[in-house]
Amino acid sequence: MAAVEHTRPKAPLIYNPKVRGMAYQAVLCAVIVFLAWSAIRNAAENLARAKIATGFGFWENTAGFDISQALIEYSTTSSYGRAFWVGLINTLVVAALGIVLATILGFLIGIARLSKNWLLARMAGFYVEIIRNIPLLLQLLFWYNAVLKALPAMRESLSIPGGGFLNNRGLFLPQPLFQAGSSYALIALGVGVVAAIVYRTWAKRRQMATGQQAPVLWVTLGLVIALPLAVLGLSGFPIAFNYPEAGRFNIRGGMELLPEFMALLFGLVIYTAAFIAEVVRAGILAVARGQTEAAYSLGLRPGQTLRLVVIPQAMRVIIPPLTSQYLNLTKNSTLAVAIGYPDLVQIFAGTVLNQTGQAVEVIVITMAVYLTISLVTSALMNLYNRRMALVER
Amino acid sequence: MSDTATMTDAKLLEGPAFVRAKPLAPLPPPLTEAGAIGWLRKNLFSGVLNIVLTIVCALLIAWIVPPLVKFLLIDAVWDGSSRADCLPGPDRPEVGACWAFVIDRINFFTYGFYPISERWRVDIFFVLLALGVVWMAWLDAPRRDIGVIYFFIILPIASLILLLGWPLLGLSKVETTSWGGVLVTVVVASVGIVFSLPIGIVLALGRRSRMPAVRLFSVIFIEFVRGVPLITVLFMASVMLPLFVPDTWSPDKLLRALVGVSLFASAYMAEVVRAGLQAIPKGQYEAAFAVGLSYWKTMRFIILPQALKITIPNIVNTTIGLFKDTTLVFVVGIFDFLMTIEAARVDPNWATPGISTTGYAFAAIFYLLFCYGMSRYARFVEGRLAAGDRR
Repeated sequence: MAAVEHTRPKAPLIYNPKVRGMAYQAVLCAVIVFLAWSAIRNAAENLARAKIATGFGFWENTAGFDISQALIEYSTTSSYGRAFWVGLINTLVVAALGIVLATILGFLIGIARLSKNWLLARMAGFYVEIIRNIPLLLQLLFWYNAVLKALPAMRESLSIPGGGFLNNRGLFLPQPLFQAGSSYALIALGVGVVAAIVYRTWAKRRQMATGQQAPVLWVTLGLVIALPLAVLGLSGFPIAFNYPEAGRFNIRGGMELLPEFMALLFGLVIYTAAFIAEVVRAGILAVARGQTEAAYSLGLRPGQTLRLVVIPQAMRVIIPPLTSQYLNLTKNSTLAVAIGYPDLVQIFAGTVLNQTGQAVEVIVITMAVYLTISLVTSALMNLYNRRMALVER
Repeated sequence: MSDTATMTDAKLLEGPAFVRAKPLAPLPPPLTEAGAIGWLRKNLFSGVLNIVLTIVCALLIAWIVPPLVKFLLIDAVWDGSSRADCLPGPDRPEVGACWAFVIDRINFFTYGFYPISERWRVDIFFVLLALGVVWMAWLDAPRRDIGVIYFFIILPIASLILLLGWPLLGLSKVETTSWGGVLVTVVVASVGIVFSLPIGIVLALGRRSRMPAVRLFSVIFIEFVRGVPLITVLFMASVMLPLFVPDTWSPDKLLRALVGVSLFASAYMAEVVRAGLQAIPKGQYEAAFAVGLSYWKTMRFIILPQALKITIPNIVNTTIGLFKDTTLVFVVGIFDFLMTIEAARVDPNWATPGISTTGYAFAAIFYLLFCYGMSRYARFVEGRLAAGDRR
């Protein structure tokens, strides 16, 4: 008797899911490689025909254009590479200031939207709905063309108490000049910050062990603000101010904030704050009601409840979307190109690209910068988020 | 005997004369706790901090609202034909918004430089688009399956023929360089939606695929596009796209911007759809495979209908972002609605001190109406989808 043969019916190979998957992927890779190859070949041909140089040799060439706001040394004889750094620093400055201010404004408005005060909650709601639904570009153009450019001309400058001037060419403020001896105050500031951190750690540890609270806020303020001020006073205020002086056609001296910079900053802060407010509101609403009630029943005051119970838990919900708002703000700062603030895109993807014609290299560098900022920020925030995340039992 | 007993019972029931048998009508609540005054006390003046806040808010409103109303309505100029009508004069010391300017240039704002004799084609396009939008947005509309085909296939082709022109049909050719205004804004936004949704779905499925190569390409594309600003994507589309194709193609300027916007929106749409896919319980996939459906049939009949339904509010929110982002096409030299305002406000025939603010106010109202409308719609759909959870 022949043994019963248990053989599977042979299915054609094409019905094997593994084989199919491999085939699909091979086709996809082939298509993408072909597209990339033909794009590169076309680009090489087109560039050769237009006689445009390739490679990054232009980096060292003389730029030959001026930049209205340069925080590092820059002149028309500097190189394109130098212009790149000027633009990058300008972008980072406006993004960093914008993030700080938008966070403050956004938290205030987000909390105001949840206020028990009907009028305040309604006003915050109006702010969010109106600002969120108007394109940022329109807001920037409004601030720049309709507000800041409509300010009085140089001769009728508005003077600001304290020695500043405001006109359609910018905001002119006294510039502090640090003289010999002011370094002591700087050292005192450093010492104060370190001491404050040590004190806070000690206070926290003591509270954990004994339950006794220490006046952390006041001591910190004293160490960080009062100590440097006291040292400054003892060394006889070695800070002079370079006051702007109004001339007939120009203002000399002082510190100048370009109207482009102010318009971009206002626009970014006001726009992003509306989004941050929504993030904050959602985060606070995500904290269960019982948490607040339990805090009240323990006898905590509303302020303490918010600070010690609600906000720490809300932060877990708030941080991921807050990060993406920070990234949005940084990416939105490229709208500077519309009002002429010399940021990275305006200088590099604008002027440098036009002068050199090396579109591929310039665009790749510009995109790489934003991509790096995005990826680094996401990585840092993920790290922070992991530390903050709820540790489940 | 029985008589006296009955009487006593009745008396007992009534009780002594000083006991009330029926309850009195309740007193009205104290004036300070109910009604308008009570509401004010509770919501505006419940403590020192609240009183201060209320006063500050009231001052802020008094500072902002009356000048705004005065500028937009009371002092506004409604008819006129040139800047002279919008300048302050002896009979009109203060001039507000110059709506006459908006009324005068409204055709420019709507059609840009589209030939005047051909503008009916744009009007038909707007009507066709509105029909498609209503069909898609009205959740109980009849035959929504045909609506999808209409919106994603018929409408784009019909619009292309209508707007670009097809001499064989007697429609003269209109170059995209003469398109402008609301037309371009609407075209960019709707092309963005029509292309980004299907591409986004494919990318989202790719990102959740089990094939490593497919997943890798999807992730790289999505993260790359989301990591760079739209302006650089548009720059890339504008200066690099012509390099990457044979020089005989030389893509149209508007087309380059449309490619850039569509790719950009696809990456964001992909993440929105992915969130929807992740919300579908695993059992749905397993059940579909268990009854022998293939991957595509599972997606087509089981997963996507559920995932897309719960994603509608987020799709609408992405659309709002896309609609606002259409303003950025100016960097590649496209004349959208905001740019027509930018051009018109420096027109010497109308240039007055208040003309910029008037133009921007008009643009703000336009965008506010559309975006707020869409966000209300998103919230309405959200409410309807949550109806099942409100048991």
